[in-house]
Amino acid sequence: MCSSKQKSSGDSAHLSDERLVALYRTMVLSRCLDDRVWLLNRLGKAAIAASAQGHEAAQVGCVEATDPSKDHYLIYYRQLTAMIALGSTPEEMLRGFLAKEGEPMSGARQFPYHGAHPRVDMFNFSNVIATQMPQAAGVALSDKLRGWDAVTIVSFGDGAASQGDAHESMNFAGIHKLPLIFFCENNRYAISVPLDKQMAIDSVASRAAGYGFPGVSVDGTNLQEVYAATKVAVDRARNGDGPTLIEANVERLLPHTTDDDHTRYRSAEDIEHMSKRDPVKITSSLLLGKGLLTEAEDEAIHSEAKKQVNVATDAVESEPFAGVEKILENVTESTEPTR
Amino acid sequence: MPELTLIEAIRETMRDEMRRDESIILIGEDVANRGGVFLATDGFVEEFGEDRVIDTPLAESLICGVALGAAVNGMRPIAEIQFADFVWPAINQLVGEASKVRYGTNGVKNAPLTIRIPYGGEVRGGLYHSQSIEVLFSHTPGLTVVAPSTPFDARGLLASAIRANDPVIVLEHKRTYRLVKGDVPTDDYTLPLGRAEIKRLGTDMTIVSYGLMLHYALQAAESAAAEGIDVEVLDLRTLRPIDTATIVESVSKTGKALIVQEDTPAVSISSEVAAIIAEHCFFDLDGPVMRLAPPEIPAMPFSPLQEAAFMPSPEKILSAIRKLAVL
Repeated sequence: MCSSKQKSSGDSAHLSDERLVALYRTMVLSRCLDDRVWLLNRLGKAAIAASAQGHEAAQVGCVEATDPSKDHYLIYYRQLTAMIALGSTPEEMLRGFLAKEGEPMSGARQFPYHGAHPRVDMFNFSNVIATQMPQAAGVALSDKLRGWDAVTIVSFGDGAASQGDAHESMNFAGIHKLPLIFFCENNRYAISVPLDKQMAIDSVASRAAGYGFPGVSVDGTNLQEVYAATKVAVDRARNGDGPTLIEANVERLLPHTTDDDHTRYRSAEDIEHMSKRDPVKITSSLLLGKGLLTEAEDEAIHSEAKKQVNVATDAVESEPFAGVEKILENVTESTEPTR
Repeated sequence: MPELTLIEAIRETMRDEMRRDESIILIGEDVANRGGVFLATDGFVEEFGEDRVIDTPLAESLICGVALGAAVNGMRPIAEIQFADFVWPAINQLVGEASKVRYGTNGVKNAPLTIRIPYGGEVRGGLYHSQSIEVLFSHTPGLTVVAPSTPFDARGLLASAIRANDPVIVLEHKRTYRLVKGDVPTDDYTLPLGRAEIKRLGTDMTIVSYGLMLHYALQAAESAAAEGIDVEVLDLRTLRPIDTATIVESVSKTGKALIVQEDTPAVSISSEVAAIIAEHCFFDLDGPVMRLAPPEIPAMPFSPLQEAAFMPSPEKILSAIRKLAVL
């Protein structure tokens, strides 16, 4: 363990039993919605989906340690669970996947749940990976300059960690001790390229040493561990002690997107290994083991989630596509002179 | 009304705007203690402090990405790219990202961001300190691009850029910084984005230009007047959106058009202006639309002879005027 790469300490923050169960519900709802949009893609109704399956515990654990009423979230394309944890509804998400009128984040101009949310300060803008990282540094800088008590969380995958923007933003955040958390969801694959073809070291978190702030590597399938590490980082940021790089080691249970087939590049052993690290199953076992849930209650959580997704799907499927009448709106504030 | 150089007008405008609005911050390379390599921010860190005048590492994507994030979070950053030639690492944050914020969030977010970019040549800058980079930005919906040629216009357009609620690229021709002087009122004024101006009235042909070339066009027009050719000179001032109405009005009146630019001609500002004239002035034209621009080589060479061969000059413009006049 290198000096900058810390493990969460024994006296770390703990989730209450009630919150553990509540977060598990969010994970199950996300999983259920994720399954549904994959199905809708295979039925020819959803053009594209990037699944968050395998990342659920990391995403709810991270959001739980923050304060959505004042913090900023610059997220990326594999964060369906984080979206739900931040308060987006299945109806809103499905309007994105199905490109329906009234989609709140971009008017269905963008890929599903891209854009900005009207209720939470969440910016999921680009598909050019890592571009959100310097932008997040700018958000955090402007909070710091104005003395605002807000933390910025920027999330990204291991693939994005190779971009120049990742380096430039971490370097700048270290210089200015920005209230910023770099949250890397490392699922070991940049589409098909495995980690050992992405970096010569074994951990993204190790890089934090080069920027002068702590890097922490955690088991991203462990809700409690992710929450505790993020809580430490949030406290550091709020206290003016600067950024933290958190690497949540997760599994990508499904291919990169609905257009990918990971059997072309993942071995049978690798697929077998990662399927044992399903955070929904792991969290379920934890709650059953602790006696916080019975088998029957667990089944009820799943059936309630499915019902909620069914209701949302039925409602949204009958809605019209986002129409052409607004295609020219919101280019700039003032209308360009017509030709 | 004091006479200022163009760089002085830029400096005074930023200073006044920063005094007026605390949400304005400056971010760039050498903008603090050095006062900018062209001294555009001379004395700023002393007056406004390190919180508002921020020296960055040498990383242009960072500069523009940080400025964009601060803008989306409610500030009004002015980012300085030291030389236009260095903007390419930041193109993704500007063309790829900033231009799409309002559209890609359907108006939930916007980016009140100003990017100042010194550009252009005839400063012995060679391939990497002379470039004209306006086309890529001018091609991009969601961006506004201004290129003031006089101190008066620089103040009015820069103030408008800073106060705009969307990204504006401000292109400042380096050669004009100290070459061009003019009266600039000290009172608060702005100029509308997207409006050209007729800088010289004439009847025989219209020269459409911007930046340093505008001044060479005016010189050439004076020489042509002595030969009996009355040239109207139109300063585009804003390159996106281009002021179609003013171009059409002028060329419809004069019947001939010469477009002069320092950038290479293929798929450029002159291409767009020529297309506008072809679409809207066809029945008023008395001759072909003519362009004067550098040869299609990658950038301006360093050798003084090669630099002069690259640049349009008042003499070259006068030759083109004579040629178009008899066509």
